Amino acid sequence: MKLSPEKLKELKETARICRRDILRMTTLAGSGHPGGSLSCIDILVTLFFARMRHDPRQPKWEDRDRFFLSKGHSCPALYAVLSRAGYFPVEELDTLRKLNSILQGHPDMLYTPGVEVSSGSLGQGLSIGNGVALAAKVDHRNIKVYIMLGDGECQEGMVWEAAMTSAQHKLDNLCAFVDYNRLQIDGWIDDIKSLEPLQLKWESFGWKAIIIDGHSFEEIWQGLMEADRTKGKPTVCIARTVKGKGVSFMENQAKYHGMALTPEELSRALKELE
Amino acid sequence: MDMLGTRDVYGKTLVELGRESENIVVLDADLASSTRTNYFAREFPHRFFNMGVSEQDLIGTAAGLALAGKLPFVSSFAIFLAGKAWEQIRQSICIPNLNVKLVATHGGITVGEDGASHHSTEDFALMRVLPNMTVICPADGVETEKVIREIAKHQGPTYVRLARPKFPVVLDDAYQFQLGRSFTLRQGKDLTMIATGIMVYQCLRAAEELDKEGVSAAVVNMSTIKPIDAPAIASAVRQTGAILTAEEHSVIGGLGSAVAEVVSQNCPAPMKIIGVDDLFGVSGNADKLMAHFRLTYPYIAEGARQLLKRK
Repeated sequence: MKLSPEKLKELKETARICRRDILRMTTLAGSGHPGGSLSCIDILVTLFFARMRHDPRQPKWEDRDRFFLSKGHSCPALYAVLSRAGYFPVEELDTLRKLNSILQGHPDMLYTPGVEVSSGSLGQGLSIGNGVALAAKVDHRNIKVYIMLGDGECQEGMVWEAAMTSAQHKLDNLCAFVDYNRLQIDGWIDDIKSLEPLQLKWESFGWKAIIIDGHSFEEIWQGLMEADRTKGKPTVCIARTVKGKGVSFMENQAKYHGMALTPEELSRALKELE
Repeated sequence: MDMLGTRDVYGKTLVELGRESENIVVLDADLASSTRTNYFAREFPHRFFNMGVSEQDLIGTAAGLALAGKLPFVSSFAIFLAGKAWEQIRQSICIPNLNVKLVATHGGITVGEDGASHHSTEDFALMRVLPNMTVICPADGVETEKVIREIAKHQGPTYVRLARPKFPVVLDDAYQFQLGRSFTLRQGKDLTMIATGIMVYQCLRAAEELDKEGVSAAVVNMSTIKPIDAPAIASAVRQTGAILTAEEHSVIGGLGSAVAEVVSQNCPAPMKIIGVDDLFGVSGNADKLMAHFRLTYPYIAEGARQLLKRK
C-alpha cells in the first residue's frame, strides 16, 4: 500500500501548519524546545493523520493505537498534532507553559487529552510502551504501540534495558522511531557520546532496524509498512532528520534545542513556512 | 511466639489474589525466588514478567501495564526498588498517578550478612517524599496479608516494605488493617511508643520491661507511614505527653521524621527517635545486627527513660 497523492499533499500541508504552531506557541511561551519538535513533526503527522487508529472524541478508547513521546521535551510537536487532530481547541496552544494551562512544559497525561503518559525525564518511554504492548498480547488485543525516542536519549541505559525486553517478548506490535538529528543540548552527538553503529546496535539487540529519511512522508510510510510486515520482533525506524527542519536559520543549530525564537525571528521563520 | 515470614505471606496472598482477579500481573527483577513472587509465576506464567536485572525497565514496564488497565505488583529488594529506580518511580508512576503496587522485600538491616549494599535504611524517606505515594510497613505476617489485600483495592501508587527474616506475630487474625489508620496494641499513660515493622514487637517488649519499673507505655502500630495518622498522634500526645518512635530505618527521613512533622507543628511534646544512626550497615547475623544498631528492646527502654526525664 502506498500513500495516495492526495494524502501526501494533505500530510505536507498539515506538517506545514504544525511547524507554524510549534514556533508560535514556543515564542508566545518565551521558552520550550522548537528544534527537536521540528525534526520529529513529519513522523508525528504521518502517525496521527495517516496511520494510527484513534478517535479524538474518545481519547481513552480501549482499542486505540498508542503513541508515546519518550523525548518529552518535543511536546510542542505533540500538542500541535493533537490540537489539529481535534483533541482540544487550537487556541489552547497559546497557553503553553503558562500557569493553569492544560499544556505543561513537558507532557502530563493528567492535564492534556491525548497525551498517553507523562514524560520529560528521558529514557522511559520504550519501557512504558513495552508494558502496553505486553498487556495487548496478554489480552489478545490487536493494537499498535508507537514510540518516539530522541537520539541523545539513546545514551540512557534504560533505553537498552527496554530494547532487550521488547525483543525478549517478541513485541511485533511495537514500532519505535529514533529522531536522529545528530544534535544534543551541548553539541554534536558524535563529539559527546556517539551512538554509532546505531543500526547494528538495534539489530544486535534483536530488532528489525531500518534507516529512513524522517522528512520524507513516503519513507516514513514505508517504514510503517515494514514494521507491519515484520513478525516475531519489534521494529525501529532510525529516522535521519534535521534539527530545526523547515526554517533555514534554525537547521542544524544546537542552540534552538531549548530556546524559543524572538518575535522578530518568528516572523522571519513564519514567512519561510507560508 | 509464632513466627511468620512477611515475604512468604506476600507470595501466598498474591497467588490468592491472582485466582480472584485476572487483572493482576506481577513483575520481578531476577529475585523472584527471594521475594516469593515465584509462587505467582508458577501458577500464572502468562501474567508474570521477569524483567531480568533491570530495575528501571521494571518500573517503566509496570507503568505501561497499569496504563493498559492491569494491576501490576512489582517486587525486588527494597534498596534496589526504591533506590535504583527512584526517578522512574517519580516520573512514570507518581507524576501520572498510576495504580502500581511496589512491594519490596529485604528492607532494613535484618537483611543481615549481605551487608551495606543490600541493606535498606533509606527507603521510607525516598518513597515518603514522593507526592501521590502511599507508604506501608506491616508489623508482621498477619498484617502483611491484610495490607496486600487492601492495596489491591486502593487506587494509586503504593510502596510496601517487607523483610527477609520471619517476624514474631503480634496481631491476631481478627485485626482489621485500615489504610492510613494506626492501631493501639497496648494502652499506657506515661509515654506512647509509635513503631513500624519489626520494631512494633521490640516496643511491646520494651513496654513490658518499663512496666516492671512502674512506667506505663502505650504501643501504637503505625504501619501506614504515609499518609500518617495525624489524629492518632495528637491524641497520643494528649494522653501521654511524650512520644518515642521506632523503626528499622535511618533516624533521618522515616517514621520518626513523619511523626515529628506532626508533633512539632500540631501538638509539641518531647520526642525520642529510635532508628539506625546515620551510618551504613555492616555484615552480620540479623539478630546481632539489631543489637549492634541499638534497635532491640533494652535500647528502646533506655530511650524511653531518657525521654521521660525531658517530660
